[in-house]
Amino acid sequence: MKDQIAKPLLSVTDLSVSFSTDEGEVTALDRVDFDVFSGKTVGLVGESGCGKSVTAYSIMRLLPKPMGKVISGKVNFNGIDLLNLSPEKMREVRGNQIGMIFQEPMNALNPVQKIGAQLSEVFNIHKNITDHQAWLNSIQMLDAVGIPSPENRVHEYPHQLSGGMRQRVVIAMALACQPKLIIADEPTTALDVTVQAQILDLLKNLQKKSGSSILLITHDLGVIAETCDEVCVMYAGRIVEKGSTRKIFAQPKHSYTQDLLDSIPRLDGTPKKKLRTIEGIVPSLLDLNNGCRFGPRSGREHTEAQLSERSPMREVSEGHWVEACPVCVEL
Amino acid sequence: MNAEEDFFQVKNLRVHFPVRGGVFKKAIGACKAVDGVSFSISKGQTVGLVGESGCGKSTLAKSIVQLVKPTAGELFFKGRLLVPGEGLTEYRKSVQMVFQDPAESLNSRMTVGAMVQEPMDIHRIGDKGSRLKRVERLLEQVGLPASSARRYPFEFSGGQRQRIGIARALALNPEFLVLDEPVSALDVSVQSQVLNLLMSLQQDLGLSYLLIAHDLAVVKHISDIIAVMYLGKMVEMGPSSEIYSNPKHAYTQALLSAIPIPDPSLKREKLIIPGDIPSPINPPEGCAYGHRVSATNYQESIQAESVWKKVGVDHWVLECPCCVSPL
Repeated sequence: MKDQIAKPLLSVTDLSVSFSTDEGEVTALDRVDFDVFSGKTVGLVGESGCGKSVTAYSIMRLLPKPMGKVISGKVNFNGIDLLNLSPEKMREVRGNQIGMIFQEPMNALNPVQKIGAQLSEVFNIHKNITDHQAWLNSIQMLDAVGIPSPENRVHEYPHQLSGGMRQRVVIAMALACQPKLIIADEPTTALDVTVQAQILDLLKNLQKKSGSSILLITHDLGVIAETCDEVCVMYAGRIVEKGSTRKIFAQPKHSYTQDLLDSIPRLDGTPKKKLRTIEGIVPSLLDLNNGCRFGPRSGREHTEAQLSERSPMREVSEGHWVEACPVCVEL
Repeated sequence: MNAEEDFFQVKNLRVHFPVRGGVFKKAIGACKAVDGVSFSISKGQTVGLVGESGCGKSTLAKSIVQLVKPTAGELFFKGRLLVPGEGLTEYRKSVQMVFQDPAESLNSRMTVGAMVQEPMDIHRIGDKGSRLKRVERLLEQVGLPASSARRYPFEFSGGQRQRIGIARALALNPEFLVLDEPVSALDVSVQSQVLNLLMSLQQDLGLSYLLIAHDLAVVKHISDIIAVMYLGKMVEMGPSSEIYSNPKHAYTQALLSAIPIPDPSLKREKLIIPGDIPSPINPPEGCAYGHRVSATNYQESIQAESVWKKVGVDHWVLECPCCVSPL
């Protein structure tokens, strides 16, 4: 993907992140590598603890300090090396050029501040405009995300809104400065499917208008299939497979991706049929092997060497990369 | 709705919570969480209950296991009317519940063994030795090693904890399990393990299930009958394949259309429902769903009486001038 002529908007290269815990140092991300091109939606999918959110927080430089730190790797956004920016410069990027949508809108909003004030804050910090103009912009933003009678809503507090409306406010905040990149961390997980459909539709429409890119983090393969151009499948801190959504869903190469796709019940599947399962649980980050991390759960025989030595990423077809463990991937 | 299915029946169940206000905390209104729901479940059958949050699914489940007292309506279990205070202990033995979040529904200070054994202690079943044996057998039945009995919940993963919850619910040999979002807190790969377990237990023990879940693909996979709820009322009910292939109520259609399908080559038009589910404290007049989507015939629904109408084999829909097209 790196050889393409167009330069990616966001390029994450060999990013490794570790956390120091009471039990010792754990590696949450192990050489994560992907690109997001302008106007595209890229999905990060995986089970809990696989490093999806850590990736997002590392890009935004919001890792909890002092526990979390980037050990190696680069994050290049629009020609800026994000990991080496000064905190002041980073604040100018955050919320201005990169917007972030959080999972739980109630936690992302300040419960004791009016919605209008919270939205205006974004404009006051990043744009040189009057308070009045910021207030008017806020109303306009609420209107853009489909909140009815926005001129009244600006005076309300988060608890007065429903979950879907709150998430719209969070989206309005993330989009306030027309960022080039939006990072959405499980934006619809806390919502009902009907409201999820509304929010995903809204994001798609806003993206069409502004041409921004979206990095979408979710555990829901259905959401990925419907919204993303490209997808990175993560497992235990690594990307095990990445490529266009169509290719990955049609011809998954890594046995983890295959098992994951097979283990979800389908609407068109045979009812009451035994579902494919993946044995065991997502491994703890404390005792990870260095080789094929899915190996111990895959139900396939791995040699000692395959479990202790990481296989390189290999391009199986154009733009479709997979961690080429010889047991988990049939090439 | 169907007289011959007399394993478990709910007739016109209502659960209203008082809304209190003023200086003396007098009841000034009612939150109609469940407002006239009727359905039945046959032996060995799974009924899936779907709907958005706030539609009364969980309240219905809690009133079935008698954790919430129904305001009105009747419950029949194996043909017998359930009367409060009479035979409730027996009823509770046969009807058990599995809760959504296994981290919250297990007591973190009790060993797994003590927790699974507790129902037998309360209902005085067997002696100490036989109870211990049964705990071990139950744990093995749900796929945990018998030695788990001596351990505490925090030592287990989410999926294993849900297995403990299921073992506890099975302790009294129930015939009917109410499953309130049993897999929604679990990871995809673990979710399928628990679903397989539930399906095989049903086959081995002949259990009946009332399954509440917001993931409609999960519901479709394991249910025989699907019931759709909207704002305290059931709007459609029928065999699961019928509901998915031939939904009659506009709400069911929209709900199905909202499910994201894991197939990127599939392109379809989505019906997007605007707005949110209204408050059950102050519901709109007439059809609550028609009001939300501003259906063209909404005005007619204010006068219309809503009755159940049969539209296919065991397929029923709540008649409504704005949401169900006349046949």
